[in-house]
Amino acid sequence: MERTMKKYFPLFVMPTLMAFFIAFVIPFLMGLYLSFCKFTTVTNAKFVGLDNYVKAFSNKGFLSALGFTVLFAMVAVVTINVFGFLLALLLTRQIPGRNLFRTVFFMPNLIGGIVLGYIWQAMINGVLSGFGVTMLMDAKYGYWGLILLMNWQMIGYIMVIYIAGLQNVSGDVLEAAKIDGAGKLQALFRVTLPMMMSSITICLFLTISNSFKMFDQNLALTGGGPSGKTTMLALDIYKTFYDKVGFEGVGQAKAVLFFLIVAGIAMVQLFITRHREVES
Amino acid sequence: MKAGRLGKILSMAVAMSLLAGCGNAAEKQQEEAGSVYYMNFKPEVASVWEEIADVYEQETGVKVKVVTAAGGNYESTLKSEIVKKDAPTLFQVNGPVGYQAWKDYCADLSDTQLYQALSDKDLAIKGADGGVYGIPYTMEGYGIIYNREIMERYFATEGAKAGSMEEIGNFETLKAVAEDMQSKKEQLGIKGVFASTSLQPGEDWRWHTHLANLPVYAEYQENGVSDAEELSFVFQENFKNIFDLYLKNSTTETKMLGSKGVNDSMAEFALGQCAMVQNGNWAWGQIAEVNGNVVKAENIGFLPIYMGFEREENQGLCVGTENYFCINSQASEADRKATEDFVYWLISSETGKDYMVNKLMNVAPFTTFTEEEKPADPLAKSMLEIMESGKVSIPWIFTTFPSQTFKEAFGGALLEYAQGTMSWDKVVKLMQEQWKAEKEMLMQ
Repeated sequence: MERTMKKYFPLFVMPTLMAFFIAFVIPFLMGLYLSFCKFTTVTNAKFVGLDNYVKAFSNKGFLSALGFTVLFAMVAVVTINVFGFLLALLLTRQIPGRNLFRTVFFMPNLIGGIVLGYIWQAMINGVLSGFGVTMLMDAKYGYWGLILLMNWQMIGYIMVIYIAGLQNVSGDVLEAAKIDGAGKLQALFRVTLPMMMSSITICLFLTISNSFKMFDQNLALTGGGPSGKTTMLALDIYKTFYDKVGFEGVGQAKAVLFFLIVAGIAMVQLFITRHREVES
Repeated sequence: MKAGRLGKILSMAVAMSLLAGCGNAAEKQQEEAGSVYYMNFKPEVASVWEEIADVYEQETGVKVKVVTAAGGNYESTLKSEIVKKDAPTLFQVNGPVGYQAWKDYCADLSDTQLYQALSDKDLAIKGADGGVYGIPYTMEGYGIIYNREIMERYFATEGAKAGSMEEIGNFETLKAVAEDMQSKKEQLGIKGVFASTSLQPGEDWRWHTHLANLPVYAEYQENGVSDAEELSFVFQENFKNIFDLYLKNSTTETKMLGSKGVNDSMAEFALGQCAMVQNGNWAWGQIAEVNGNVVKAENIGFLPIYMGFEREENQGLCVGTENYFCINSQASEADRKATEDFVYWLISSETGKDYMVNKLMNVAPFTTFTEEEKPADPLAKSMLEIMESGKVSIPWIFTTFPSQTFKEAFGGALLEYAQGTMSWDKVVKLMQEQWKAEKEMLMQ
């Protein structure tokens, strides 16, 4: 059996591996190389060493975008997970129409970010116009607008993962806890949550990486305004690449740094939460 | 053993992908006749270009391919298209700054018939080596578009500050008229004199680019230069004059301007809610298309943008272009030749000229066009009238503005100024700093 597996391994894996190489590994390596180059188009690059990385840091747009993104991610990750979990708890109870509710909460996730961005822009501006201002009056409006939008879009998705996790918590264990005299909150924090650590790992990973990588919503909702104060990392990279003449390489360098930051944070998070996972 | 096999697979994958990349060599043979691939900049005339391509192919047998990049994505589309085997042979840049970015791909056009036919040779983009690398194919103008019907209504009111459009010949009069009109807005049946100053990011180019063109040009003139590493923005007071006038006598509260786009402004004008709006001759289509449009073609005209310069009575509109044809120097010789012929056909043959003027609405700056072959839309007519009346046009020098980043930063500052979260001094300072910083980057 194993020998047959070995024999046919290349045949079955080859197509996927090729696709992975053509669409991911090769562009990634090219991108890495290009971050050390000055170029307008990818076939016309000149090696310049670390110059792009120096420029990426000396240009204050990147650092302020990083700061804004971190602030955004801290709040968004907490709110999305808390609300997602609460909804999951609610919708695993025996309440009428819970499948309908699950569908409704999940649906925003099916709409594209650009569309959502424009819809929320119109809605938030509609509300703010009652106070005679727009979302671009102050960066804080844009900030909370983005958090609201991200929550609205992600909660349903996260909720679905938590629901699956909750359903996997064995009833026997919970019953045993109850017999031992655990209260409802105690059972939740001491039994249910530890047994759901694998769902929490996934959800934290998804929310953290999505918050850092957010682009379309940012572009559509505020476009980075006012004066670039609500520009997040991905948007800053895009603007460096396309809006500054001769800065394609710097944009590329920023993108590599961006990758390192997101990958680094995600690894740390995975390491920490993995350690807390228990086998049921 | 295992690692060896994996290595083999990986190297095969790489080899395959490389092969895929250069497998088109055989196709090249068939293209000796040359073909044209035009990367179109204006989505609003995309269908016209496709029609032209068909007509040209029928007439000459040369294949013309037209791809239109969606608004705002021209640069990024071009960047990815031009590295392909079948790259655009004809594309456009927006001026000297655009040329800097694309100079590796711009062919020297000084020996072409196209350049010979250019009515004013100074309009072309010239490189450091004296070659000609970009040729404008249309002239456009902008100023303050007014609705004569509303203006006449105002002139008839008691105590009007002017009796006719001709009397508004400087900023002082314009200001007096605008402020008086604003105070009589109920009587005139309008919401404000000027359409909203659209300051939504991405919709603010009428201010950070078009309006800023005038004071920057004045500064260039004073220093006798055509570009500057550093700008002192000495005429900031003039910019503030007109910008304040737009803001204070508008249809919209200043704090709401962050949600307004150009379409909003043009719709207000078309619906007769305001009397004036700053925009260019390209806006006629936009005005005419608005549902419930009440502005008649014969009632529309241009007023130069007065902002309190000396001797501004003689000032005309801002006339220039942001559309230069460039031919891809890295295309094959046959393709380049085919492209040159195509463009020359466009400006010299009866059919081509008809498309240029009547369908693409271009005011083409070529000697091959006769007097009768001028566009018929009211704004282009008004523009040509003003140009012919002896008023001095202001060239578009905003093509020398350092980068999109500069424009966005300046636009953002103008928005903050408009909604009262930034002082004017800070706007001026930011404009100077950004100019300097972005120009320095260009030099590197």
